[in-house]
Amino acid sequence: MNLLERLQSLTERFAQSALETAGPQAERIAALWWLFFWVCTIIFVLVVAALVFALYRGRARSVEESSGPAVTLDSGREAGIHRKIFGLIVLTAIILFAFLLATEMTGRSLASLTSSGGVTIELTGYRWWWRARYLDPAPERIVVTANEIHIPVGKPVLINLYSRDVIHSLWVPELHGKRDLIPGHPNALWIQADRPGRYDGQCAEFCGQQHAHMRLIVIADPPDRFDAWLDAQRVTAQAPGDDTAKRGMEVFLTGSCALCHAIQGTDANGQVAPDLTHIASRATLAAGTLPNTPGHLAGWIVDPQHVKPGAAMPPNSLSAEDLQALLAYLKGLR
Amino acid sequence: MKVLTCLMLVLALAGCTRERRKPTDVAPSSARPEGSPESALQPGPTGTPPSAEPSAVALPAEGMPHAPYEQSAWAVSEGKRLYQWYNCVGCHANGGGGMGPPLMDDKWIYGSDPIKVHQSIVDGRPNGMPAFGGKIPDSQIWQLVAYVRSMSGLLPKDVRQTRSDHMSVRPSEQAMRPAKPKNEAGTPPSAERPG
Ligand code: HEC
Ligand code: HEC
Ligand SMILES: [Cu+2]
Repeated sequence: MNLLERLQSLTERFAQSALETAGPQAERIAALWWLFFWVCTIIFVLVVAALVFALYRGRARSVEESSGPAVTLDSGREAGIHRKIFGLIVLTAIILFAFLLATEMTGRSLASLTSSGGVTIELTGYRWWWRARYLDPAPERIVVTANEIHIPVGKPVLINLYSRDVIHSLWVPELHGKRDLIPGHPNALWIQADRPGRYDGQCAEFCGQQHAHMRLIVIADPPDRFDAWLDAQRVTAQAPGDDTAKRGMEVFLTGSCALCHAIQGTDANGQVAPDLTHIASRATLAAGTLPNTPGHLAGWIVDPQHVKPGAAMPPNSLSAEDLQALLAYLKGLR
Repeated sequence: MKVLTCLMLVLALAGCTRERRKPTDVAPSSARPEGSPESALQPGPTGTPPSAEPSAVALPAEGMPHAPYEQSAWAVSEGKRLYQWYNCVGCHANGGGGMGPPLMDDKWIYGSDPIKVHQSIVDGRPNGMPAFGGKIPDSQIWQLVAYVRSMSGLLPKDVRQTRSDHMSVRPSEQAMRPAKPKNEAGTPPSAERPG
């Protein structure tokens, strides 16, 4: 792979563009963006053209009139200039008002894109990761996960936004605009994806040292695959298969991990860190910071501060066997 | 003038030896000191009066000097982060106390000696202090010990922290005036604790 191809694949993989829309909300926002873009472009071109014209004409006239007085002002011409300026000011005001109107209409049509009885996700921002809960009237059917959410294609999904520490902001450019997560002030956002795919969201409000490593992976699945995923998430953690994995579970439960992390179906019930019940089914580690591979997982567990300095997970000193056992156990948590 | 500048540069060199950090500090063995009982995260054994002598329970691990981090500002700052991460704040607040006793004052129920503080954290204490021994690496416990002691000004001033990552809710550790610790070790924890 040459450098250019490599760059291309990188930008494709991590592209976050508000103009490559994947849902009705983003489409409306993009339409508004294009309206602004074209109107402003036309005005810019006209202004530059007028400037160039004035420069040329002014120069031609000054050559012509170089013998006479430098500036002549007759009241008739001045009144004409005043009228023109007044006309342009009115035109500017009308255009700005039209923009305001278009924004307001976009806002209204965004607000109308809701439904009832669809999926509701409670999303809570922490420094620097996301907790997601899929709400359900039956408590045992509630799904808790972190840093990666799945949504059904073609259906509006309600996301309730909360924060546990400072102000964060959710921005999934392909799906919607930004919405803040404010401590003590619940917020909400409706999103909808019309094509299956992975759309990366990002914290868009500076929230500290690792703000840049606070991604939210949004995966839009066809409805049947989404249902299958949700059902799989409802199942409590897979029991360890072999002796190594059993040892790994013991390390997890008796070591530090269970102080902070929860694995449903075990005694681990820490609530200050990502739920690891189905960690092996996620694409990334630590809010999109690392791909979820055994090597990266091992590196993360031993020294998270090297990967994400300041993240609220302390380094762990584990013997090689304990670490391997832990990895074997976590690998089984699909 | 030149002489003065040179003199000041030379003087500045004195700052270089302030402290040395061993790169292995973070991860010595995860082994706990010999002899301490493996216990689940729960209050320590009820009814055992805290023993007056440094018990056999919490001797520093092999090769680990007594209170290894008391001279290291870096380790104290690590201790401060661990104090947040392991949720000591949940019970002791930022030193002012809550469900657990204050740690920034001069009163010590179980003793202010590094070994006693280590013991409090490793084995827990009967009236609601959970045991962290075996759960978290011993080096981190010693960092916590150093930080806990710095809260009431027991560590040298240049080692204590001057600022917090979070909103400041108390004067900085460095600003604490060291008070002579009133050790109450030996008095069995009475029913009026936690008060
Ligand atoms: C003091 C609390 C704490 C302890 C102890 C702790 N963790 Fe974590 N862990 C966290 C936090 C907080 C995060 C999220 C960090 C971030 O992304 O900013 C995390 C993230 C993770 C992740 C990535 C999760 C994801 O969804 O991306 C894994 C895997 C993990 N920890 C495993 C472990 C294991 C294994 C142990 C025990 C050896 C452990 N942790 C001990 C707090 C802790
Ligand atoms: C669940 C609440 C809780 C948590 C969490 C907790 N403590 Fe405690 N701690 C207590 C209580 C309660 C006591 C008093 C115990 C007693 O009187 O027997 C105590 C006592 C102590 C003491 C002895 C104080 C003295 O005066 O001798 C120290 C030191 C201490 N805790 C440090 C810590 C550290 C460090 C952490 C975090 C790693 C921590 N504690 C976490 C509740 C807690
Ligand atoms: Cu942020």
